[in-house]
Amino acid sequence: MTVVVGCGAGFSGDRTDAARPLVDALMSYDAPRALMFETLGERTLAAAQLRRIKDPDSGDEPLLEEFLSPVLSDCLANHITILGNFGAANPTAACRRIQQLAQRLGHSQACLATIHGDDVRDRLHALDWQAWEGEKRSISALEQVVAANVYLGADALIEAMAQGAQVVITGRVADPSLALAPLCYYHSWAGDDWDKLAAGALAGHLIECGTQVTGGYFADPGVKEVPGMASLGYPLVEVERNGRLVVTKPPGTGGLVTEQTVKEQLLYEIHNPGAYITPDVVIDLEHVRVRQLTKDRVEVTGVRGKPAPDRLKTTVSFLDGYQGEAEISYAGPNAFARANLARETLRQRLALRCPANLRARFDLIGISSVFDGDSQLTAQTLQDAANDIRLRLAVEHADKSVVELATQELLALYCCGPAGGGGVRRHHTQRLKTASYLVPRQQVAPTVTLHGGEGNE
Amino acid sequence: MSELLHRYAHARAGDKGDRLSLGVFVYQEDHYAWLVEQLSEPNVAALFEHRGVSHVTRYLLPHLKGVNLVLDDALQGGVNGALNLDGHGKTLSALLLSMQVTPPT
Repeated sequence: MTVVVGCGAGFSGDRTDAARPLVDALMSYDAPRALMFETLGERTLAAAQLRRIKDPDSGDEPLLEEFLSPVLSDCLANHITILGNFGAANPTAACRRIQQLAQRLGHSQACLATIHGDDVRDRLHALDWQAWEGEKRSISALEQVVAANVYLGADALIEAMAQGAQVVITGRVADPSLALAPLCYYHSWAGDDWDKLAAGALAGHLIECGTQVTGGYFADPGVKEVPGMASLGYPLVEVERNGRLVVTKPPGTGGLVTEQTVKEQLLYEIHNPGAYITPDVVIDLEHVRVRQLTKDRVEVTGVRGKPAPDRLKTTVSFLDGYQGEAEISYAGPNAFARANLARETLRQRLALRCPANLRARFDLIGISSVFDGDSQLTAQTLQDAANDIRLRLAVEHADKSVVELATQELLALYCCGPAGGGGVRRHHTQRLKTASYLVPRQQVAPTVTLHGGEGNE
Repeated sequence: MSELLHRYAHARAGDKGDRLSLGVFVYQEDHYAWLVEQLSEPNVAALFEHRGVSHVTRYLLPHLKGVNLVLDDALQGGVNGALNLDGHGKTLSALLLSMQVTPPT
């Protein structure tokens, strides 16, 4: 038996018309099927928590209805289970909105499940923490904590499916677990069948960033061509009971699935390929092979699994100071010299007016920006050729007024900077930072709550 | 004669905290040994030295004809702390592919 899982979103800002072709393709399979939505980046959840603090009915994925309304009816009618972490900081609110949407679409009997237990902010100091690898901040030193969420595994999601949930709404779960759960449920994989769990988690890893495995984030004209960029197909993964998996995409969509697209995504955000840690299984990718079967179908084999970790990763988000950014453009003859003079003038004015502990960075966009270090401009290439340059200032300080004063100085370059500057933009934000820790698995207890459905409520 | 690595390999960057990972793959399978030679840990560390990289770890994936590079402290705090426009370091796959290499024979 084969189980098919599609991924309709790979991040919170993803395209909202992606799921329709996926659901059309899923409906054509004579096999158990599921559709996942992954919309929760590291700091997305903290931003959602800030919204919830202002409005208790908020804090879920803002684009929830845009993602679901084109496909919810067909999924409910065709037994395509939907699993999404679009509950973000408020799965209950997301559930309410999906229930209302289902009712409008004529599915008043829809059975939904919310998963809770990832949010540990209220008992932060009662848990036995270890710092995550490379984490330098102590958890007890963090102030202004906004969110603290454990990466849950697939267990509670499987339980929700066993109880009849047609839509499973979560907050923080490990991204691959959204695909692993339906695979475990339909294939009846044992909780310690590590090679199978690794195959299922790898299937989730490959599709959880949406088009990043089907030609998104891949095109490099003249070198890596991608057809149909405007209508990239989102991924489907077909997984057999023995763990063999094939990555593909809906027919008639743009993009491509090749050994190259699959390999790039296979190692995406992975450190040690021999031990990629998820809450459900530790994945060993060292013996993985990829093989093009036919057009847009790539087989992945050879993945192995090791026992799940004793501790679960937790992301803690906290507010820490303010960031400001401001930019101004210089173009035409002698543009580099004028932009450079603006930068030096600004640097001197900041030194005169701002505290010494202001962090500041200058970029000359068009000459040197993203490749450079944070402390200084080091690259000095293409100066003569560049005739359209944008000076960017980025600053950080604990005091909002200092940040505003600094970007005010860039604005002032309009009248008292070099000749011909224009197009100033400036904005300020409160800085949201994250730190990562490990908590013993036994101290985390995910729960399933059913809503609606026959026999419920 | 030296050329850009971009001609022979493709890459994708990922981030976790202040750590950058780069998956790099050759277009032609028989260039794999050459790629491993070019992407020694010291060579990669030198290319990213100005970013303050403290350590480079290289993992070889011969079945995929690929190399996974993990660069510690490459992101000046990453999305948490960097003032860089690209706090994730997503553009840094292209910095790696700008490495000057001696072409494979």
